Order: sequence, then C-alpha cells, then structure tokens
Amino acid sequence: MSESFIQLSDLRKTFKSRGEEFLAVSEVTFDVKAGELVSVVGPSGCGKTTILKILAGIHTYEGGSVNIGSQTNPFDPSKDIGMVFQQPLLLKWRKILGNVLLPAEILGLPRKESLDRARYLLEMVGLQGFEDKYPHELSGGMQQRTAIARALIHDPKLVLMDEPFGALDALTREKMNLELLRIWKESRKTILFVTHGIQEAVFLGSRVIVLTCGPARMADNITIDLPYPRLLEMKTHDEFGKYTRLIYKHLGMEDSEGSPSAITEACRID
Amino acid sequence: MNEISKQARRYGMIVLVHLGVVILWQLGVSISNIPDYVMPSAGATLLSLGEDYGWVHNTYVTAVEVFGGYGLAVVVGVSMALIFSWFRIIETLFMPLMISLNMIPKVALGPLFIVWLSYGVSTNILVAFSICFLPILLTMERGLREADPDLIDLVRTLRASRWQIFTKIQFPGSLPYLFSGMKVAVVLAVAGAIVGEFIASEEGLGYLMLQVQVTLDTAAMFMAVLLITLVGVVLYGLVLLLEYLLVGQTAKEV
Ligand SMILES: Nc1ncnc2c1ncn2[C@@H]1O[C@H](COP(=O)(O)OP(=O)(O)OP(=O)(O)O)[C@@H](O)[C@H]1O
Ligand SMILES: [Mg+2]
Repeated sequence: MSESFIQLSDLRKTFKSRGEEFLAVSEVTFDVKAGELVSVVGPSGCGKTTILKILAGIHTYEGGSVNIGSQTNPFDPSKDIGMVFQQPLLLKWRKILGNVLLPAEILGLPRKESLDRARYLLEMVGLQGFEDKYPHELSGGMQQRTAIARALIHDPKLVLMDEPFGALDALTREKMNLELLRIWKESRKTILFVTHGIQEAVFLGSRVIVLTCGPARMADNITIDLPYPRLLEMKTHDEFGKYTRLIYKHLGMEDSEGSPSAITEACRID
Repeated sequence: MNEISKQARRYGMIVLVHLGVVILWQLGVSISNIPDYVMPSAGATLLSLGEDYGWVHNTYVTAVEVFGGYGLAVVVGVSMALIFSWFRIIETLFMPLMISLNMIPKVALGPLFIVWLSYGVSTNILVAFSICFLPILLTMERGLREADPDLIDLVRTLRASRWQIFTKIQFPGSLPYLFSGMKVAVVLAVAGAIVGEFIASEEGLGYLMLQVQVTLDTAAMFMAVLLITLVGVVLYGLVLLLEYLLVGQTAKEV
C-alpha cells in the first residue's frame, strides 16, 4: 500500500508557439502512493492540466522523469488511465450506457463483462435507471458522474481528474466531493485530483500539492492529517482552516478573507 | 400515446395552414378582377394539368436532374471532406481554393457548361451538382474538424487508433453538420437544375415554363412552379428521414 506509484522528478515542459518557447512546467517533483488520493491546487494557467496530460501520455516533456507503476504494481499506459475533464465530454449521440462503454470498446474488452461493469458503475455513481437517456437529458452533475463511471469502466489503476467539478454549483460540488470519496473508498484507485478550490483540495486529499504559476513550480506538498471518512463538518475545524490558510499564503494571499477566485485571477495577469 | 397525438396535431396543423393558403388564393382571385393571365386561381392552376404539356415526363426529367446532381454532390462532398480530414496536407493546399470557388455564383457557370458539354440532362445534373456540392463539403469538413480536442485527448489516453477516433468520434460528430449543409443544398440543387433548363434544354419543368410563357398560359407556369417545389419537398423529406435514421432525435443543435 505504501510504495510509490507515481514518481515525478524535476519535470520540465516547454511549449513552442510562433517560434517562442514558453516554459509551462518547471522543477515539479512529487510522489503518489498506490491507492492515494492526492489533490493538486494552483492558479489558472499554472500548468496543472499540462502535468496531468504528461502523466496521461498525451504531452511530451523536455526534462526530468516520469515513472508510473512498480515491479509489484505494473502499469500499462494504454489500459490503466482513467481521465475526467472539467467538462463531461460525453458523446451526445450515445446514450449514457454507450458513453460509459466507450473506453471498453476502444480497448476491445469483452462486451458482456463490460456491460455488467457499466451497469454496476452507473449504480455506484447513483445513475441506475438512466442507462437509456441521452446526455442532454441529464443535469450537469449527472453528466459529470457519467464521465466518472466512464473513467472507471476499464478498471484503470490511475484516475486523473482535471477540475471535474469546476462547472458545478457549490452545493452539487460538495455532494460530488462526498460521492468521490465514497467511490475512491470502494474502488481503491490512485487518484490525482486537480482543482482550483482550496477547500476542496484539503477536504479530499491525503496530500495537497500546491503549485505557483508562470511556470508551474512546486510551492509545497502538504500532508493533510485529517482522518477518513471526511465529513463536511470537518471544514469548520481549526485544523482544516490551518491547512487552507497555509495554501492561501503559498498562493500569495496572506489575508484569508480573499476568495479563491480572486487569487486565481491575480496570478494570471503577471 | 400522448406523443403520437402531439405529432398528429402538428402534422394536422401543417396541412391546415397549407390548405388555408390555397383557399385564400382561390377566394382572393375570384373576388378581385385580376385577369387570369396575371394571376390564375387555384382551380385554374390545377386544371392546367389536363393540358397536353407532358407533365409527367417533364417532372421526371427535372427530378432526375435534381436528384442526380444532389446525389453526386453528397457523394463527392462527403468523400472530399473525408480526404481532407485524413490528409491534412491536401486540406491545407485545397481548402482555401474551395472557399474561393464557393464565392463564384455557380449560376453564371451554366452557359459555360453548355459550351463545353452541349445541353441536356447530364449538363443540368452538372449545374445542379456544382451549385450544391460546396455547402455539403464545407459543412462536413467543419463537422469533422470541430471534434472537441479534449475528447480526442481522452481517447488518446486509451491509445485509440486513428480509425477508432474517426469512427467513434469525428464521423458521428460531423453528421449534424453534414445534414445542415445537405438541407441548404436541397434548395440549391433545385435552383441549379431549373437554371440549367432555362439556359438551354428541350425537356424539364424549367423548359416547359419558358414554352408556356410564350402563350401566356400563366396557370401552367404556376403548376410548373408547384411541381418544381414538390420535387424539392420530396428530396427534403428524404433528407429528413435519413437524418432521423442516422442522427436520431439527439445532437440536432447545429
Ligand atoms: N497546447 C499548448 N500550446 C501552447 N501553450 C499551451 C498549451 N497548453 C497549455 N499551454 C500553456 O501552458 C500554460 C499552462 O496551461 P494549463 O492548461 O496546464 O494550465 P492549468 O493550470 O490547467 O490552468 P486552468 O486552471 O485554467 O485549467 C498556460 O499558460 C497555457 O497558455
Ligand atoms: Mg486546466
């Protein structure tokens, strides 16, 4: 349980656009243990998505090293990644069940087992009975839960979530946080959870990796010593506030009265 | 049950509105003193079908031109869009050209086609084709290009092949675009065929219109216009049916 599953060290990524080099990620180093849920926070444009896409093998990188998997826990990059984006990205011409099955089809998994598993996952995310609906018939939160079920259909070892609840209202978002913790507990996946929400990051993660922008650099790697299961009331605990204040401080907002979105904007301008 | 009665009411309304227009037309003409050669009544228009104008043959010829030109445009437009999306280099080279070609008023090419090919049904098929294939190509090309990059990234994490990305995401995603282009193209194909017949031909409804114009048989001209419209409506109906079969009731928002 405690060996590391992901090892990033000194990761460096540049984008070339119109002849100019742009350093997007620099000196990012962290480990994630198998079965851990780690949050990543940072201002907009600081390279969070870029890091996830490097882990997913969509982007190349210029320096440092990325290691996923170990001898005892091998990792197959084509089968062991589940990804959830900020938007649900469902195929609107497919029913919910068909959407969940997409990765299984691409990987050529046996149809029968995949169907059973899709039904099981839809039940797990609370969407039993919606199998035959089209995405546009579902609310934003339900669509996002479909996307989560889709990310789990091929039983990946690693789930990469890129601000999956960013587009939801605060209330739905808190509900989804609780559901994610439940799903994580049931499925025991390794989850890397990118978010803008400092509260959300602390509430979910056993650790929070704080990035600062232009280029993305590690500001801190904070172990959150709050017990699981996490309960909403913990957000009012002193300890919880201590963690969020620390993160606010890292992001250049000493005064904890500022809202997280204000920080986000402040850093983007540079 | 409720759904069916709602549909029935919708179609009932459509038929009623059309009937209403015909009745107003009939009443309007019979009440006023407009001479027949200016504005024939609905009844007179219908009666013109009794004249020996070769209605069936001429309608058939026009329909062949419209359907032929349109069918060709769909095949060529879709194939070209597919080639463009598979070979980006071809797209980079030829897409600007296609957009320029789209600006040519295709109707103006009619006389040229006749110089090159002499007149006849196949020339008119070509005129109909040339006027309606670019909208099909351009919308389909856009639809294939419009696939959400994040969605493509999502399946690339699963190491999806290019063919899988195409069949599962790009192609189905492009269909609503294609059908919006195909609907525009219906009207254009009809216009193209008729223009071809106007310029030079010896059969078809456009040709017939010019013939009866000479004798001031306005009722027959009206009938010809109605039949031309009917050809377009039938084609449009077929396109809607195809859209329903391929796209269903979802994803129809373009
Ligand atoms: N494909 C690309 N080409 C060029 N530059 C890019 C590309 N993708 C991202 N960037 C740049 O890299 C930086 C980091 O982008 P990234 O999407 O990783 O940010 P982020 O932290 O995910 O932001 P947000 O929280 O707003 O989603 C940005 O400045 C962006 O402009
Ligand atoms: Mg991002």
